[in-house]
Amino acid sequence: MIITKQKEFSCLLESINKDPVFIVGCSECATLCHTGGGEEVLSMKTALEKEKITVTGWVVLEPACHLQNDKRLLRKYKKEIDDAKKVLVLSCGNGVQTVSEIISDSKVIAGTDTLFLGEIKHVNEFEKRCIMCGECIQDLFGGFCPVSRCPKGMLNGPCGGSVDGKCEVDSELECVWDSIFRYLKEKGLTGDMKKIREPKDWSKSVEWRRKI
Amino acid sequence: MVYRSNLEKILSEKGFAVTAEVGPPKGSDPGKIKAKGEIVQGFADAFNVTDNQTGVVRLSSLGGCVVLRGMGLEPIMQLCCRDRNRIGLQSDVLGGFAVGIRNMLFITGDHQCFGNHPGAKGVFDLDSIQLIRVVRDMRDMGVFQSGDKILSGKPDVFIGGAANPFADPFEFRVDRLEIKIDAGVDFVQTQSVFNLDRFNEWMDEVRSRGLDKRVHIVAGVTPLKSLKMADRMKFHVPGVDIPDEVYNRIKNAVDPKSEGFDIALGLIDEVKKIRGVHGLHITALFWEDVIPRLVEESGLLPRP
Repeated sequence: MIITKQKEFSCLLESINKDPVFIVGCSECATLCHTGGGEEVLSMKTALEKEKITVTGWVVLEPACHLQNDKRLLRKYKKEIDDAKKVLVLSCGNGVQTVSEIISDSKVIAGTDTLFLGEIKHVNEFEKRCIMCGECIQDLFGGFCPVSRCPKGMLNGPCGGSVDGKCEVDSELECVWDSIFRYLKEKGLTGDMKKIREPKDWSKSVEWRRKI
Repeated sequence: MVYRSNLEKILSEKGFAVTAEVGPPKGSDPGKIKAKGEIVQGFADAFNVTDNQTGVVRLSSLGGCVVLRGMGLEPIMQLCCRDRNRIGLQSDVLGGFAVGIRNMLFITGDHQCFGNHPGAKGVFDLDSIQLIRVVRDMRDMGVFQSGDKILSGKPDVFIGGAANPFADPFEFRVDRLEIKIDAGVDFVQTQSVFNLDRFNEWMDEVRSRGLDKRVHIVAGVTPLKSLKMADRMKFHVPGVDIPDEVYNRIKNAVDPKSEGFDIALGLIDEVKKIRGVHGLHITALFWEDVIPRLVEESGLLPRP
């Protein structure tokens, strides 16, 4: 899932600059992250109105990254959107751009920061799991992804910095190589870690613009 | 036998090598690194010039190596994977060789979050093992990582790497050395040794696999200059293992600086005796002027 976090309310107020606003949420990731579902859209509406900002309307797109669905849904809110000067989008960075493609008369404001593709561990607790590198090599590592989970993207075993199984960069973070080692050891496969893994072919990723 | 460098000659002819780290300045003044070079000249066989160590911007390793070479010192150019992708790294290997640098040491590098530009984007296109393999292939096969041929001049360098016997998971540390050897490393400098028991345990396994015959192991020693430095290294530098016993000696000392020197002297004495250790690497952080006395009192003079 795409993990987002809402921007600071004061930043949003600054961007909105007292103008009338239409709020857009998303039915998928932002709903699960509690950053842009129906509930969050409504509390945003209340918070903005408390600041004497006019909220002309709101919608939760299904999902915001779907261009054709968005066109269909947003058509129903033409008047509300026309009445607004700003459109506040509470979705991931993709949703913001899809909405921008459709709405040209109002300024679109990104209401969240998009963080990563990750796992929901518990409510409001997320961990990065994928960087969409274009070529999945997790099966070499017992189903763990060092490309996304090791801050140095090491492919040939742990660096010299982990302590008690925790990453040198963040003592709260498990060293993914420690997990890989323990997993392979349990399966009697630590010999796999002695094979030299070639440099990754980043031409398979989206380093440059790509469409499929 | 024609050796690529004096360091390779000493290590290959079963001598006991001494290398030392010369940290480049936080500025473009070559006088700073020259002054350090003058202090240590004649007290070690080759000198590591670090590559923006701990992610702090300093004069480049390549530039520092050129300055040291100009003074007649043999440099070891360090290259880390944090700041350059495979294009930049391979280019620097060619450039370094072209200006006469014959020893190069390849590491993954400290994460940028520890340095003075924590907002920087880390590159980490290759890891240290991949970089070692890439350089070995450039040298021995005359090909770049892409498979493209090197057209004029294979970089005939003596390839170095780092080894940390103290990091986790401990059981994997010898495996990791073995992978580095398979990748093509000729010599490794270890993380500074403070925990002799653990180092011995690691060396026992290294010897039992015969790895000391396949790579030159140069043991790291760092003289602790003060309690502040011991604190920093014990509690804040990832991958450093200072046992309480060593730490308490500094903590309880009337003169921590002199105690730090004595501890280093004792450690050098011990590592010299360990079978399979082919040299000593001194990292005297912000204390380069202690190197001559340390080498002299360790009975490692004169240098060949």
